[in-house]
Amino acid sequence: MAEPIAVLTQRYELADGHTLDGYVQSNGYAALRTALDMDPLAIQDLVKESGLRGRGGAGFPTGMKWSFVPRDTGKPIYLVVNADEGEPGTFKDREIMERDPHQLLEGMAIAGRALGSHRGFIYLRGEYLFAGMRLEQAIAEATAKGYLGRDILGTGFDFEVTLHYGAGAYICGEETALLDSLEGRRGQPRLRPPFPAVAGLYASPTVVNNVETICNVPHIVERGVEWYRSMGPEKSPGPKLFCVSGEVVRPGNYEWPMGATAREIVEVSCLGMLPGRQLKFWAPGGSSTPLLTAAHYDTPMDFESVAAAGSLLGTCAMMMFSDRTSVVEACLNWTRFYEHESCGKCTPCREGTFWMAQILQRIVDGRGRLEDIQLLDEACDQIFGRSFCALGDGATSPIKSAIQYFREEFVQLIEQRELPAGLREHAGVVAQNSGDDRPSLSGVRA
Amino acid sequence: MSPELTEAAQRLVDRYPVARSALLPMLHLVQSDQGWVSPEGIGFCAQMLGLTKAEVAAVATFYSMYKREPMGEHLVSVCTNFSCAVRGAKDVYQRLSAKLGVGHNGTTADGKFTLEHAECLGNCEGAPVVTIDYLNYECLTPEQAEELLDRVAAGEIPPPTRGPIPPGVRAVSRRLAGLSAMDAEGGNG
Repeated sequence: MAEPIAVLTQRYELADGHTLDGYVQSNGYAALRTALDMDPLAIQDLVKESGLRGRGGAGFPTGMKWSFVPRDTGKPIYLVVNADEGEPGTFKDREIMERDPHQLLEGMAIAGRALGSHRGFIYLRGEYLFAGMRLEQAIAEATAKGYLGRDILGTGFDFEVTLHYGAGAYICGEETALLDSLEGRRGQPRLRPPFPAVAGLYASPTVVNNVETICNVPHIVERGVEWYRSMGPEKSPGPKLFCVSGEVVRPGNYEWPMGATAREIVEVSCLGMLPGRQLKFWAPGGSSTPLLTAAHYDTPMDFESVAAAGSLLGTCAMMMFSDRTSVVEACLNWTRFYEHESCGKCTPCREGTFWMAQILQRIVDGRGRLEDIQLLDEACDQIFGRSFCALGDGATSPIKSAIQYFREEFVQLIEQRELPAGLREHAGVVAQNSGDDRPSLSGVRA
Repeated sequence: MSPELTEAAQRLVDRYPVARSALLPMLHLVQSDQGWVSPEGIGFCAQMLGLTKAEVAAVATFYSMYKREPMGEHLVSVCTNFSCAVRGAKDVYQRLSAKLGVGHNGTTADGKFTLEHAECLGNCEGAPVVTIDYLNYECLTPEQAEELLDRVAAGEIPPPTRGPIPPGVRAVSRRLAGLSAMDAEGGNG
């Protein structure tokens, strides 16, 4: 049995955990002092040995990502923190930045030291106003007291942090789209290679890391690899934030070691599903990860185990839905989201999400045809692996998995032309998102 | 555009290694001055950064927080993504839409409110979430959401779940440009 832990969340209960005083009094910036005495490559090796994998969704080994950065190009090296948290159901980074912003800044300074970078940017989604206020205050305090800026703690190391607000575009969470956006352009993904490590921000070597990823770094420096690896399985070690939402008693962010089961997290931390409701389907890592069912409730929440169950760990945004909720409506709601957020750069994603939304809308409206199920399935196959970036792939995840596990529900809805009585509670939730007034791109309506 | 605005925009340019990076903050700045991204505002950004108006407009129209019509005093956003939807967001949005008599991105005749339904706002633990000027009011019933707007309209704005009293979307836009001292603990300076 796993137990909840408090590593990244250790200051969440402190009234002043977001202030510099509160942070320093609870051992904050001790890891930065340690790191400033270390050889930069030794810091990188430590992060490599810890086994830390990116917490933004893809799970790439962080130390390895850092090691791809060439240090001898004569160009500045940039550290960009991806705080454009937009994956539906995800709210872990927001709470870190609101409650413990110095944890992120300390991690950035240490990462900057390891990378030989002197300039960091935090790309924060614009809607996170309160998190931005807390961050800006923290940056000002840390700079005034010598934890950031010029000659940090008298060691001669310079590292400046700039907070940059986005303006409402999910695609900017994709790291190359984020870089284009930070350069003042439309946030559309770039062709790779070159990878950002070689040619990122302003065509200079750049590391883009998620907020939670960077927040792991001070703890690794302070408490060591052996301690870090004592949490979670061999290939997915460390503490993890799980954002649980939907039809549970107590939604929220909960910290557990990697590999805790979905059941443990939901039953212990969230007190289970709402009274009278049974778990029917859930997304383990945001709406872009294939849905799982009640049969997968005991899946350990780590990269390998969730993949073995047929989905992805993603951002650990666990969205839990009950037997009173229509999985078809869920698909329509999320597909409207992808349709709206598709950046338009590539055809499979731009057109595919539009058409899938039309098909799902007519099914939900009682105008569906039985062959629509096959049509949706084929549309998914034409988008997946053929899109420019992961947004298109993600858009197919809920639909493919819903058809796989709940084909009967699609059939029943199409044949009866309305939701069964037990599923009507949320009927129409998606209508307000309907893009029906949008002109068709090809002149044909579904 | 005022000399003050030009000076503020120049401060944004100076913040970055490459001037064009200041474009998103500058569009927030324009929005704080004009209440929307006006054609004049687009021309202003183009002039400050040595871009064409088409280049600036291409960026401005890509991002949903930049509005192409004048906003009301307060921006009311209702998250309607699915984790909020299963906890009642549909009713909240529909009730507010009926109450204000406007739809998505619509502004009331008295210029008080602009309403929008938003994609996941990243506050799913407080579902259904309504934000006013991007400050959170969480776990609202439709009745509570209506009462909230009544109080805002009467100038008696209750404190949000976290952060300062919503100061109006223009003041907040200046904050999003990174240029105001409005702080997290309640000051609106």
